[in-house]
Amino acid sequence: MADKRDKEFDAVYDISDPGHGYENRQEIYYNDNVGGRAVFVDSKEQYDPDEPYNDQVYIPEKDRDKAPILEVKGLGIDFGGLTAVDNFNLTLGRTEIGGLIGPNGAGKTTIFNMLTKVYEPTRGEIFFDGKSTKGMNTVDINKAGMARTFQNIRLFDKLTVEENIKVALHHTTNYGLIDGMLHTPKYRHEEFRIRKEAMKYLKIFGMTKTADYRAGSLPYGAQRRLEIMRALATKPKLLLLDEPAAGMNPSETSELMDTIREIRDRFQIGIFLIEHDMSLVMGICEGIVVLNYGRTIAKGWPEDIQRNPKVIEAYLGKSRGKMEEEEEKEKEDLEAAFSKGRLESAPSGKPDTARKESE
Amino acid sequence: MAERILKNISLRGLKNAVKGNDYRKEATISYGILIGGYILMQLLIAAGLIGHNLQGQLVPICVYISLAVSLNLVVGISGELSLGHAGFMAVGAFSGILVSRVIGQGISFEPAVVLISMLFAALMASIAGFIIGIPILGLRGDYLAIVTLAFGEIIRNIMNVLYFGLDNGKLKFAFNHTIDGIDSNDRIITGAIGATGTKTMATFTWGLVLCLFTVFIVLNLKNSKQGRAIMSIRDNRIAGESIGLDVRKYKLMAFIVSSALAGMAGCLFGLNYSTLVPMKFNFNTSVLILVFVVLGGVGNIWGGIIAAALLTILPETFRQFADYRMLTYAVVLILVMIGTYNPAIKSRVAAVWSKVKPKKKNKGPGKPKKKKAGKEAA
Amino acid sequence: MNLLTNIISGLSLGSVYAIIALGYTMVYGISKMLNFAHGDVIMIGGYMSFVMTMYMGLNGWLALLVAMVICTLLGITIERLAYRPLRGTGSLAVLITAIGVSYFLQNIALLIWGANPKMFTSLFKGMKPIHVAGGQLTITPESLFTIIANVVIMILLTLFVSKTKAGKAMRAVSEDNGAAQLMGINVNQSISLTFAIGSGLAAVAGVLMLSAYPVLMPTTGAMPGIKAFTAAVFGGIGSIPGAMIGGLILGIIEIFSRAYISTELSDAIVFACLIIVLLVKPTGLLGKKISEKV
Repeated sequence: MADKRDKEFDAVYDISDPGHGYENRQEIYYNDNVGGRAVFVDSKEQYDPDEPYNDQVYIPEKDRDKAPILEVKGLGIDFGGLTAVDNFNLTLGRTEIGGLIGPNGAGKTTIFNMLTKVYEPTRGEIFFDGKSTKGMNTVDINKAGMARTFQNIRLFDKLTVEENIKVALHHTTNYGLIDGMLHTPKYRHEEFRIRKEAMKYLKIFGMTKTADYRAGSLPYGAQRRLEIMRALATKPKLLLLDEPAAGMNPSETSELMDTIREIRDRFQIGIFLIEHDMSLVMGICEGIVVLNYGRTIAKGWPEDIQRNPKVIEAYLGKSRGKMEEEEEKEKEDLEAAFSKGRLESAPSGKPDTARKESE
Repeated sequence: MAERILKNISLRGLKNAVKGNDYRKEATISYGILIGGYILMQLLIAAGLIGHNLQGQLVPICVYISLAVSLNLVVGISGELSLGHAGFMAVGAFSGILVSRVIGQGISFEPAVVLISMLFAALMASIAGFIIGIPILGLRGDYLAIVTLAFGEIIRNIMNVLYFGLDNGKLKFAFNHTIDGIDSNDRIITGAIGATGTKTMATFTWGLVLCLFTVFIVLNLKNSKQGRAIMSIRDNRIAGESIGLDVRKYKLMAFIVSSALAGMAGCLFGLNYSTLVPMKFNFNTSVLILVFVVLGGVGNIWGGIIAAALLTILPETFRQFADYRMLTYAVVLILVMIGTYNPAIKSRVAAVWSKVKPKKKNKGPGKPKKKKAGKEAA
Repeated sequence: MNLLTNIISGLSLGSVYAIIALGYTMVYGISKMLNFAHGDVIMIGGYMSFVMTMYMGLNGWLALLVAMVICTLLGITIERLAYRPLRGTGSLAVLITAIGVSYFLQNIALLIWGANPKMFTSLFKGMKPIHVAGGQLTITPESLFTIIANVVIMILLTLFVSKTKAGKAMRAVSEDNGAAQLMGINVNQSISLTFAIGSGLAAVAGVLMLSAYPVLMPTTGAMPGIKAFTAAVFGGIGSIPGAMIGGLILGIIEIFSRAYISTELSDAIVFACLIIVLLVKPTGLLGKKISEKV
């Protein structure tokens, strides 16, 4: 079964093309035996369905010698009998930028909500920074070092931009209720310090001039950036971004891509993001997971994902046995779907080269 | 001049680093109103322009101002509807009266007695706030409102059956009139009849001190780490949790501070009358304080101060129209609410206002300039 | 037998609370507002019935009908003039307005009828109490009719809400105001209808309550209003069967604590029970769980 589809797959997309940058992996196996998961496996490490799959291979090389920041095993959640997410597995490198994509309603945000314990998972385990998050709540998760943004922006609208960041700094603000009520010298000292610190974050995003505006009155793009800043100010080890580019125009998006990379490089943290904008996902993500109907249908490097028939099917719909005839058409559709020319300029194996091209 | 120097020596103004602009403005106006009002009243009294009735209202006005400001901490800053503020006032009033009677035997210096009573009242009210706060924090919105209402009523009901008496300097209490061996003259609090024989120690100056203290605490809290956390949770609970804010802790904090302040106000209220019945602290009083807060503008400290003062003075001034007084009050209340909250009227007023109002520099955010971030991040 | 007597008077009082609570719960369900003026509509209903019987010489039942019509109109007017302009502006503004309306009604009553309590003539005057078990258990006609009225109203209202077009429209509006409007439901009409039904029932509740406890004053409605509101929350605000269960339980708790614990503390006990219920079930006995989408 698997062989036949592999051949079809190989026939359509010539994966042995050295230009694609994964010469070190000669063959790719396509396997849908395990809980609907489609996994690409290095030919060197034979896949064994009984063994827990080693996600480690998908960590970018630079992170392989470090312990992963996030490990998720068999995560699943049911909402009153309806399985929203099932058997989700992930390993995210210490400073990796990982992407989570999938059609609307695939369960992407639900996974974020489980990672941050807004929802308690029904099954599976999450190891954050080597420790299980069992029994932790949203607050504990943040204290442990995971911060997130939200799909529908959730800012503290009536506070100023600066205050929004200061709130996020509150764990490192070192004074008590009495100091706060009486404005003691300790309070003054600490407030001065965190104000400077808040300004630092504003500077990264070029928003120092908006410091005194109410967060609710900012334009959309600035609100999204403020949300990222606020998450960063909690000093996370892992940043979860839920559709950071939603509602942004192409130039804002490309700016955001630079910013996300800069955050990673500067703070040396892991980033895991949900996004519909393929130019962003393909441009900055080092590893990608594709979700459909709550199940992982593909996992791999950006180039693998672009060529994966299951992914294409999930996004474009099924072609019923007319693969050959519709090859050309599908290729075109695919190009349209992964717009912003990622396919034409596809031969980019490493994200570094990809970024240079985008500029 | 001094401000200019300050601005020059800091990054973006040392002044802002310690006190935000809005905060300073709000503080200046609030303290200004309080002190200005106090001086004005003292002058009017000296000039003999103020009637006996209104003079008797001065302490209650201060108490209501203080209550409005402290309730604003829950309603405006923490964003929860509380309908039981009078309950904390009652706890403060009766515990304050008890302490003043007990220590009044030993200490003859009145301000010390008032101060100690107020501190004890704050302590007792904050304990009540803690006990009430714990269970209600899991509730949201209108459910929380009804529970605070219920607690207010419970406190008043319990006051109705509490009996306290002094027996040769020893404090005794009982849950009904079987408080044995104590002559009715030595009883301090007798159930539904309330506190009797209290030495009235509250003065207008104490009222001012109370108001200033309350405003000081609330404004400082608003502009601190804790206040920001409380306001963040009000604006967006889920986002607050996501950045690690302990929702229950901060909600409880706001509730306890607010009830402690209400307790102090209640204590001064209690020390203003020689007799005080628990019935005084019923649902209507809670509502009255809430009306001050809402009419003054939810979250607006000085608005609450003005509303509390006006709404206490005006009905008193129009006492001769007693029959129509409360009716007018009700109609005005409804009209003001519709006038200030109805979207159509509001936008019309805003349109007129924007024509009248002089344009300020930093009026709207506009499109913020973006710095080209991440040139070569390698 | 004493226990049975207490249960019956508890059920009777609880039925009054349940009928009032219906008004609260329906209004809350449809417009998400705490209508604190509802208790005063009861008082107006009482006065209307009182005036009709005393000064107009009407039969008690006819007077009840007139009071119902007047209260219905009053409810619609209040909604139209005071609440509708504030729809969608957040619960606090409407709450304060409702309190304003409450003051207004109380003071109108004070102006017209004065502060002195009036003695209300029972609707069931002349009917004899029923003696059961050789006179050991006495059921007053007031208790009996109140309980029956409650059951009948509950059944009719449940049928109305689930079977009729207007009732379904009301349910749709309380579920999602905006969506209902898009489906062609006249939201204003539905809300007016809800206020009409609630206020009409308030008149019934007022007359039934005053038949059992005949002291009529401008503040008569305030405390039963708050208690009935508590009952509505107890049973899960927004739920019609919840209002009935909440009212009955509350009535029984109140009568029992009066009989066995303390008269003065009975209110405190009632409210304490409410808090305990909300601690265990934060949205009341039959309330729906509210969840926020992230």
